[in-house]
Amino acid sequence: MPAEPTAPQPMFDTDELVINMGPQHPATHGVLRVVLKLDGEKVIDADVVIGYLHRGVEKLSEHRDYNQIVMLTDRLDYCASAAANLVYCEAVEKLLSLEVPRRARYLRTVLAELQRIASHLVWVGSHAMDIGAVTVFLYALRERELVLDLFEEFCGARMTYNAMRVGGLPQDIPPGWDKRVLAFCAVMDEKIAEYETLLTHNRIWLDRTRGVGVISGREAVAIGLSGPPLRASGVRRDVRKDEPYAAYSEFEFDVPLGANGDTYDRYLVRIEEFWQSTRIIRQAIEGLPEGPVLAKVPRMIKPPAGETYHANESPKGEIGFFIVSDGTSTRPYRCRVRPPSFCNLQALPRLVRGHLVADVVAVIGTIDIVLGEVDR
Amino acid sequence: MIDLIVIPLLQIVFVLTGVLIVVMYLVLLERKIQAWVQVRFGPMRVGPHGILQPVADVLKLFVKEDITPVKADKWIYTAAPIIVLVPALIAFAVIPFGSSVSLFGKKISLAIADVNVGLLYIVAVASLGVYGIILGGWSSNSKYPLLASLRASAQLVSYEVAVTLTFVSVILSAGTLSMVGIVNAQYNSGVWFLFVQPVAFVIYMIGGLAETNRSPFDLPEAESELVGGFHTEYSGMRFALFFLAEYTNMIIVSSVATTLFFGGWLPPFPNLKALAFLYYVPSWIWFTLKTFLILYLFLWIRATLPRYRYDQLMRVGWKVLIPLALANIVVTGVVKVLLGR
Repeated sequence: MPAEPTAPQPMFDTDELVINMGPQHPATHGVLRVVLKLDGEKVIDADVVIGYLHRGVEKLSEHRDYNQIVMLTDRLDYCASAAANLVYCEAVEKLLSLEVPRRARYLRTVLAELQRIASHLVWVGSHAMDIGAVTVFLYALRERELVLDLFEEFCGARMTYNAMRVGGLPQDIPPGWDKRVLAFCAVMDEKIAEYETLLTHNRIWLDRTRGVGVISGREAVAIGLSGPPLRASGVRRDVRKDEPYAAYSEFEFDVPLGANGDTYDRYLVRIEEFWQSTRIIRQAIEGLPEGPVLAKVPRMIKPPAGETYHANESPKGEIGFFIVSDGTSTRPYRCRVRPPSFCNLQALPRLVRGHLVADVVAVIGTIDIVLGEVDR
Repeated sequence: MIDLIVIPLLQIVFVLTGVLIVVMYLVLLERKIQAWVQVRFGPMRVGPHGILQPVADVLKLFVKEDITPVKADKWIYTAAPIIVLVPALIAFAVIPFGSSVSLFGKKISLAIADVNVGLLYIVAVASLGVYGIILGGWSSNSKYPLLASLRASAQLVSYEVAVTLTFVSVILSAGTLSMVGIVNAQYNSGVWFLFVQPVAFVIYMIGGLAETNRSPFDLPEAESELVGGFHTEYSGMRFALFFLAEYTNMIIVSSVATTLFFGGWLPPFPNLKALAFLYYVPSWIWFTLKTFLILYLFLWIRATLPRYRYDQLMRVGWKVLIPLALANIVVTGVVKVLLGR
């Protein structure tokens, strides 16, 4: 018996292509997973899935005493450990109303700026590599090596430094270190120019970054962007200027701003920050005061009951620590991190919508995230 | 009998072996040059300065497990690498590696076949390879290869137009389609066609980069975007065939550039009496030298430039290169008529 004739099915139909970028993907900088909905090559929607690197740093902090937590902050943004060390220590010092020796504040500034250079080097390298300029990556890591050498000389570690203590620094700088930092600054100035030759006026680079991932200043603020991505949209917000910490109020430096808020502007802003960082380091090393590097801090730190929020300008953006002390314990009651990478990552779906697949990797590179900090 | 079968067969064996060995070492050369640009050493472990690295690579690829994805279309999946490689290899048939050599009293041409439509043959054969890429990406039944092979097909087809148009202007200058004839035409005119057709050369080189999927046009295998591109699912020898085809294509593009624009086997300024001593250098050495210089250009570009985006690549192809190539043909034709040649 012949089958009942059915309504004719359309032979072809169109469907969105859902592809899974990451967590094992060369351009997602670790363990980021982005679920992309594509129409051909065009991105209709992007869904960011995080949590692959979650270690519960905030919860762990509730079971460590205050100086032990410095070690945990290393593991937030592992490309910029010193920046997290600094903000955490300052938050606790604020809680303790502790005065940090001037020399320690100067050295902390130097370390933070060296760290900014190292972090931006990783960024310029991986960003360029995602867009196809592999050579820049190796050049950038070559210079990062020099920063790591300086850190190794200072604190013995090359990645997770544990470089600061509540109240100052664990030790003074080794002899001659300041000279070597200045020498590094001289090298760095040359090398920044080298990256700029390879990228800044490169036609392909311009084509790939201009007008990609544009976000207006208003939207950037609404979404909670901070750091270079925010400044590239023309918003003047730099914690180093607005709420000076360490010794930033004593140095002269400019806050580079972008106008268009696109990937190219974010690139220019960060490149300019290289120059500003070496400028700050030079001033700090030349004006380095004598004196102790660690304030008088009790062995067991027991801050009075209260809470505080303290923010710094990390290379990635505004990193903040919110610490609650119950006044009876040597451990924080609550320790909450405001991670810049996490907040900046929120902008990703907004930035890639309507662009092509190739732009997704460019945008992931440009917001400069570190998954250790996103997932905590 | 000997002229008809034995000598061509020997030539084929000789050329194929030569090409495969050159490909192996081209990979090493690429890694070394990239490493030097990037202040690294490159392969150093296998043999002194890594000169045995290609052998190790080939061995590795031979013993690797050959995986066919369960959902792949098995026949097409197997055929695709072959479809990519074979056209690349047979294109060498018409490339004149040198003028001719005397061996055992026989005059042997260094082109396997001097076909009178040699250039057309190359265009025809070279355009077959794209089928392998499309089929390979499609039959893998996986998303990234599919996207990449779609990119590849669009890219190769559109750049083929520009490249073929530059051939037309060269043919206009030379008055022949035969590869040997084109070299002889450069001998007669006394200069390489590079100086007669500079625009065509630039377009050809850009198109050549795009057609061989080389940086900055390596979108079909953009690893930061599409993982491994159209050969993501391939492994072992099948992957090696794709790899081989890519480098063979690079050599083809360089050899054709040498033949069309750099006077093939001719020394620089072939007509100048003062430079006649250059003819003491065997013709095939000139050819190899020029081919490798162009190959070096490929590698150098790869080490320097970022990658184009898909839409930009298509824009460059259709809105810049093709109109330019067309204009070049018109100008060539007008000049030729005005000069009355």
